[in-house]
Amino acid sequence: MTAPALQPVIVGAGPAGIRAAQTLVAHGVRPVVIDEAARSGGQIYRRPPAHFARSAQTLYGTEASRATALHSTFDGLQTHINYQPDSLVWNAQGGLLDVLHGPTQTTRTVPYGQLIVASGATDRVLPVPGWTLPGVYTLGGAQVALKFQGCTIGRNVVLMGTGPLLYLVAYQYAKAGTKVAAVLDTARFADQLAALPGMLTQPTVLAKGLYYVAWLRAQGVAVHTGVRPVRVEGDTRVNAVVWSDGQAENTVPCDAVGFGYALRSETQLADLLGCRFAWAPMHRAHLPERDSSGRTSVAGVYLAGDGAGIMGADAAEWAGERTALALLADHGVKVDTARAAELERKLTDLMPFRQGLERAFPFPTDWAAHAPDALVVCRCENITAGELRACARDAGADEMNRLKALTRVGMGRCQGRMCGVAAAEILAQATGKPIDRVGRLRGQAPIKPIPIHLQAQAEART
Amino acid sequence: MTATRTIDTDVAIVGGGIMGASAALALRRKGVSVVLLERDLCGSRSSGVNYGGVRRQGRPVSQLPLAQRAHQVWADLPALIGTDGEYQRSGHFKIGRSEADMAALEAYANLSRDFDLGIQLISGTALRERCPWLGGRAVGGSLCPDDGQANPRLVSPAFALAARRAGAQILERTPMTSVEHDGKIFTVRSGTTVAVRAPVLINCAGAWAGALTAQFDEAVPIHSGHPAMAVTEPLPFFMHWSLGVEGGGIYCRQVARGNLVLGGGSGVALDADRARSERSAIATLAVQAVELLPALKNAHFIRTWSGTEGYLPDRQPVLGQSSTTPGLIHGFGFAGAGFQIGPGVGEVLAELARDGRSTTPIDAFAIERFVPKAVAEVASTAAVQ
Repeated sequence: MTAPALQPVIVGAGPAGIRAAQTLVAHGVRPVVIDEAARSGGQIYRRPPAHFARSAQTLYGTEASRATALHSTFDGLQTHINYQPDSLVWNAQGGLLDVLHGPTQTTRTVPYGQLIVASGATDRVLPVPGWTLPGVYTLGGAQVALKFQGCTIGRNVVLMGTGPLLYLVAYQYAKAGTKVAAVLDTARFADQLAALPGMLTQPTVLAKGLYYVAWLRAQGVAVHTGVRPVRVEGDTRVNAVVWSDGQAENTVPCDAVGFGYALRSETQLADLLGCRFAWAPMHRAHLPERDSSGRTSVAGVYLAGDGAGIMGADAAEWAGERTALALLADHGVKVDTARAAELERKLTDLMPFRQGLERAFPFPTDWAAHAPDALVVCRCENITAGELRACARDAGADEMNRLKALTRVGMGRCQGRMCGVAAAEILAQATGKPIDRVGRLRGQAPIKPIPIHLQAQAEART
Repeated sequence: MTATRTIDTDVAIVGGGIMGASAALALRRKGVSVVLLERDLCGSRSSGVNYGGVRRQGRPVSQLPLAQRAHQVWADLPALIGTDGEYQRSGHFKIGRSEADMAALEAYANLSRDFDLGIQLISGTALRERCPWLGGRAVGGSLCPDDGQANPRLVSPAFALAARRAGAQILERTPMTSVEHDGKIFTVRSGTTVAVRAPVLINCAGAWAGALTAQFDEAVPIHSGHPAMAVTEPLPFFMHWSLGVEGGGIYCRQVARGNLVLGGGSGVALDADRARSERSAIATLAVQAVELLPALKNAHFIRTWSGTEGYLPDRQPVLGQSSTTPGLIHGFGFAGAGFQIGPGVGEVLAELARDGRSTTPIDAFAIERFVPKAVAEVASTAAVQ
């Protein structure tokens, strides 16, 4: 098959990016695949360094076969793609991506005709007093330590927050021989019961989740639901977590904490590319708009995977393939429309389960009301909840970018990627506005910090 | 469908940058009623997102009376607007990289001598002793000790807030969609939501001021500019001066927290309203910054941005009465150098609005310099009649 002169670039080599690349290659197109990590797989199927000894079974548990399938797919594509690992896309402008190659600290521009953004997700963080103590990690960070570095964040670990990752990490840590001092879930058991009908649409996934919880309980791990984290205690590093069950405060000693409230999409690249955003109630976030096949409001720019809305790894694979088919079709390549329709159906069919997850692990909408004034919300700039509230009250800030300008929240290294969710919740609470009305932090280059002394390389032609 | 709210006031101001907001505050302090329309948020386009230099040194001599007047306002900033806006008289040092540069700096020191800026020329051993952190290309420079820096994100909105506290009506997210003049009263509308009626209209619309002047038959050759800005992660504090370079190019300052704010080169417009730093400008800034300050070699840029500023061909503002329309007053086109003089401009605009004249010389900024003379004369004759 002769492909037209397509010049597609895929950003991200996780489940979505890999399936997109595979699909393009299958249609005779050679994409560029740019990935920030040293090895493909994304976060969920993050691959350890080559010399790492632990088996896929130990690393990925029940997901081992999916992980290895995806890895071998990508390995098999190597001669058909232009793969650029260790490469951070830090800016986009005028049809060129700015790419920082980590090991050599050089930057180059990569032209694209079509672009699939599969930028994935990071933890959704809602701070708790004491969260800046050494020994406190996000759930995703705790998992990366295990999968990529072969170490745990502590010997006696509390995992708290809510979402499927909470139980998965607890399971993986316990499996790895770490003592899990407690699993503290802000969701109530009643939420999980209420969610069951929706979740039954994906019985095997539900079964896995139930299995993790049952296994943890069988191992004697204390699993508490309906909790409210009160504070993390410690002098030089964490030594306990205090939580409330609504009646009394309870203390659980530990030497490390992993916490998080499901995931949030990495949307800065879509933002820099000019994609139109809209409020997505289920995700409780402003997300780039896309149609059912991944097209954005910007011609030639497509979105797939968790970067466009948290739907999980399986959905990311389907969306990656669907998006690649859309890209091909948009440029006159004949594609299997039945397959495209099937993928869209799979994605649609996942919705009840996805909504069930939101019911089972609801976002703690009362978090801001309980956040004390002294709580540090933005750790880069050391901005507290009280300062944010004072700004809303005294300076009339009712919108995120104004709040940022006046308080410096989100102005540090993370650019609001960590603190943005919490700051928006505080602002909504302080102004009495619904969360969807406080706006979102505008994306600004660089997406992540870049060395000032970077050496510019010649434009990398594909 | 909401009914149009009609507001009658003494003065209407279009544009909520530092010019418009400080004019609103100055008018309230004179007891004049004022309504300000800002299409977005006050200080969100240019004066709120600029570099933050509070600098008299290097300005054309024609601007120095205005700059000196503003200098007094800056001195009393907390009393006036309720915040110091991180304003510091930390010194502004303009670097010379050649003997020719040093001669130019000396010439400026002589030219500005009447204004008592306190400029000191520093070179050789004294330079190395006072600023060991300066890279090797600097041969000397010119220090204006009482110039300094401030945080524009705080200062510009604070003027608007102070004006509101003083009784001005500040209408944010209220774009002007039309303006009419019946010979006596201007009616400024924002869609169907609001109509502001006033005998005096102040045009502080920045880069967008041209549409308003054109409507009143005094089109000006204004164009938009977008300075490229970047900031590093916090570094150990080493530099209290705000730096510029003779001949232009890079400028930078270090804030108390340790971040270095850098500017230089051009951004790129995304659309009529927004702009970003341009990639080649970021690259150039990086190279120049390390050359100027070797300590930056291992630092990171964490953020870049730009704004939208109005430039006229001679890089001087338009400040003064309209040449065609009685009651219309202009204050725009500050060419990337309006932040320091902003509070002075506000006072001047307030004087023009209330008294019809200013105690500060502003003839150099008259709009007549762009309006064909014959037309201007006819117009002013008509106005007198």
